[in-house]
Amino acid sequence: MSLPFAASPAERRLLTEGRLSGPMPWVIAIMMFLTVLAAAGGLALNHAASNVTGSIAQRITVQIVEANPDLREAQTRAAMAALGDMEGVTEVVRVSDEEIDALIEPWIGAAGDEEGIPVPTMIDAALTEAAHNDLERIEAAVVDAAPAARVDDHAQFLAPLAGLIGSLTWLAFALVLLTASALAASVILAVRAALNTHRSTIEVLHLMGATDVQIARLFQRRIALDALFGGLVGFLVAVVVLLLLGQRIGAVGSELLGSATLPLSAWIILALLPLAGAAVSTLVARYTVIGVLKKLL
Amino acid sequence: MAAPMATTIAQFENVGLRYGTGAETLSDISFSLDGGGFYFLTGPSGAGKTSLLKLLYLALRPSRGLIRLFDEDVVTLPRDRLPGFRRRIGVVFQDFRLVPHLSAFDNIALPLRVAGVEETELATPVNEMLAWVGLSDRASARPATLSGGEQQRVAIARAVIGRPEILIADEPTGNVDPEMAARLLHLFDALNKLGTTLVVATHDIHLLSRVSAAQMMRLEGGRLSDPTGALKNPPREPRGTRSGKSAK
Repeated sequence: MSLPFAASPAERRLLTEGRLSGPMPWVIAIMMFLTVLAAAGGLALNHAASNVTGSIAQRITVQIVEANPDLREAQTRAAMAALGDMEGVTEVVRVSDEEIDALIEPWIGAAGDEEGIPVPTMIDAALTEAAHNDLERIEAAVVDAAPAARVDDHAQFLAPLAGLIGSLTWLAFALVLLTASALAASVILAVRAALNTHRSTIEVLHLMGATDVQIARLFQRRIALDALFGGLVGFLVAVVVLLLLGQRIGAVGSELLGSATLPLSAWIILALLPLAGAAVSTLVARYTVIGVLKKLL
Repeated sequence: MAAPMATTIAQFENVGLRYGTGAETLSDISFSLDGGGFYFLTGPSGAGKTSLLKLLYLALRPSRGLIRLFDEDVVTLPRDRLPGFRRRIGVVFQDFRLVPHLSAFDNIALPLRVAGVEETELATPVNEMLAWVGLSDRASARPATLSGGEQQRVAIARAVIGRPEILIADEPTGNVDPEMAARLLHLFDALNKLGTTLVVATHDIHLLSRVSAAQMMRLEGGRLSDPTGALKNPPREPRGTRSGKSAK
C-alpha cells in the first residue's frame, strides 16, 4: 500500500534521485542548527522564568532594623513567631550572622563583626501563592509583632529580571519562527530551481496525463530526504554546542544561570525539530510545485 | 447498404489561436476527425502545424472557437479533468522529448507509470513494445547513446504503449533517413489498422502518397486551405462552419 503523500517506487524513477542535491541539505543544516539553538535558549529561559516566578519570587525577607541588640533580638523572635503562626507561610528561616557578615563584607569589610556597628537581622520566609497575593496582611502582622521589621518582597526586586527573561524568551521563539520562515523560503527557492532543471521532463509528464499531485510527490520526497538529512546534522551539531555550553554554565556556579537548564520535555521538543523541519519542507515543496504547475494548462 | 457513420473523435469549429497580443497564429480552423482515420497535416514551415497539434493534444487552449474531443468541450473543461483526456492521446514530439536520465525501457514505461500501473505489470507490455519497434537489444540504453532513428522509435513506442485513441506525431520523419521514414510510416499504418486515429504533421510530400486511405489537411498562414483542390479526401468541416456556407 502506498501513502497518498509519498511517491511510489515507480514514480520515484521519473526524476533523477540526487540524495544530497547541491547545497540544499547544508543550508537546511545551518537553519536547523540556528533553530535548535534559538529554541533551546527559549526553552531554557522559559524554564528559568518559571523557576524565578515559582520558587524564588514567592519568598520574602524580613529585616529587623533596630540599633539596640536586645530589642533587635526580641523583635526577631517575635517576627519569627508571628510568621510561623501565619497561614500560608511554608518556611521560616533566620539568616545566620555568618551569612549576613558574608553578604555585607564586600561593602564594609570585616567591620560588621565588630561591636558597635548595628547590623539588621534577617528572616527568610517562603509563602504559598495565595499568601503571597495577600502580602499586606502578612506585612501588617509582622510589623505588629516587630515594629522595627521591614518586609522585602523578592518578586518586587525580581520583577525587572523576570521581565527581561520573558522578553528574551519571546525573542528566542521569534528567532525560531524567523529561521523556520527562512527554511521555508530556501525550500521554495530550491524547488523552483529543481522545477527549472526538470522543466522538460515535467512538461512531458504533464502532457502524458500526470496530475499536479503526482508531479509534486516527486519533488516533495526529494526535499523531505534533504530536509531530514540536513535537519539531523544541524540538530546533532547544536546538541554538542548545548552540552558544551551547559558544562561552562555549570562551572560558573551561578544560581540564576544554573536555573536556565533544559528539562527532559525541552530535549524532546528539540529532538522533534528536525522532523518538524522535514514535514514543513515537504509541505512547502508540495504546495510550491502545485502552485507553479497550476500556471501551466 | 450505406457504410456505418464513423464516430467523430475531434472537432474544431472556428478555432483561433493567438500567442500574447500578437497576430493570430491560427484563424478560423474548422474540421472534424473520425475515429480510426489517418490524417496528414501538411503545410510549409511556420504555417501553424505544431500550434494546431498543441491544441489537439491539449498543451494549449484556443483564443476562440470550439474544440470537442471525445465528445466533450475541452475549451471550458476544468483543468483537473485534463489529465484524464491527455492519457487518451499519444504524442510523438518533433524533438522526441525523451527523458535523458531514463533508459529506453523506462522512457517507454513512462505513460504506464503515470497511469499507476504496478511495476510487476510493466515488463511484458514494455518489452513487447520494444520488440515492435525493433529495439529489444537497446532496452537499457539511454537516449544519448541511441541514434536519431532509435530515439524516434522509442518516442513512438512511448506514445502508443498506453493504447491512445489518437496518436499525434509532429514531423516524425524530419530527422530520419528515407528508409527509416518508410519504416516509421509502416508502424503508423499498422497502428491505424488496429483502430488508432492518427494525425501526422509533415511537409514530406513523398510520405503523403504512401498511405492510400489517408486524408489530408493543409495549413497555410494559419488557415486551413485547399487552393488547388488537390488534397485527397480532405477531412469534413463541421456542419455550418465552411466560410460562406453557414447553415441556415
